[in-house]
Amino acid sequence: MNCRSIVKELSNYLDESLDITLKDSIEQHLTNCEDCRIVVDTTKKTIQIYCNSEPAPLPEDTRSRLHEALVKHLRRVRA
Amino acid sequence: MSTSKANPLEARPIPSQVVRDDEPVLVAAAKGGEISAFETLVSRYERKIFRLAQNITQNREDAEDVMQESFLKAYEHLSGFQGNSRFYTWLVRITVNQALMKLRRRRPNVVSLDEELDTGEELVPREVEDWGPSPEDRYKQNQLGEILSSAIGDLDPSFRIVFQLRDIEELSTEETAEALGLSVPAVKSRLLRARLKLRQKLDKYFRRSEIS
Repeated sequence: MNCRSIVKELSNYLDESLDITLKDSIEQHLTNCEDCRIVVDTTKKTIQIYCNSEPAPLPEDTRSRLHEALVKHLRRVRA
Repeated sequence: MSTSKANPLEARPIPSQVVRDDEPVLVAAAKGGEISAFETLVSRYERKIFRLAQNITQNREDAEDVMQESFLKAYEHLSGFQGNSRFYTWLVRITVNQALMKLRRRRPNVVSLDEELDTGEELVPREVEDWGPSPEDRYKQNQLGEILSSAIGDLDPSFRIVFQLRDIEELSTEETAEALGLSVPAVKSRLLRARLKLRQKLDKYFRRSEIS
């Protein structure tokens, strides 16, 4: 297992979709390679930051137009 | 790469709490004609759907159109929703279709998700540096939002949309492939590149040496 292989398998490792042998080989490499460990750690952090980021509040005018469009549509459907 | 000892990572990313327990109840009520139940679903997901539409179209006006069209389409086809997936996943699929149609109408020669991209790039990152704990806490909420939005906006659309669906909307690889009409290997390949590119883009804000 070398650094290039680690990067190739990085997504599968973070998604826990590797078989146990490959996972063990990666973790063995990570124990000894600080750079790969940082890449794994910071990539995981990147995903976490995006995954946990709250969407900005909807601008009030955008929200009003959405709800007006819905009401209009629902009235038409019911008529 | 250099060598030293430490524990390998083991946990996967923390999932967001996008689905609440009452979602099936609300969907059933909306299907039964209870408009307020559908309005609750709209209020619950409007921000996420708008962000999704904006991240795909990269245009606020288009994103607003896409959001409206998606909710109206969802309401129209609600009776056909069988509950085989989460309502939110179904809504995301509708939004992606609407957004891609909009994007292709605007820029027909730019967006092609089904081509295999040969970036010719070296995937192994260079000049690696640790970020330290909770790097995102170094920024105010609105600053962080701008950093994240700008970084993802710089990605090629075919990377950006895959990352958005897999890592922000938390669709499975298979659901993402189905929503985008891509093969599973193509989704995996784009996801890896998107994650590495975003890591690289965020690196300049989050690396430990940036702490003042």
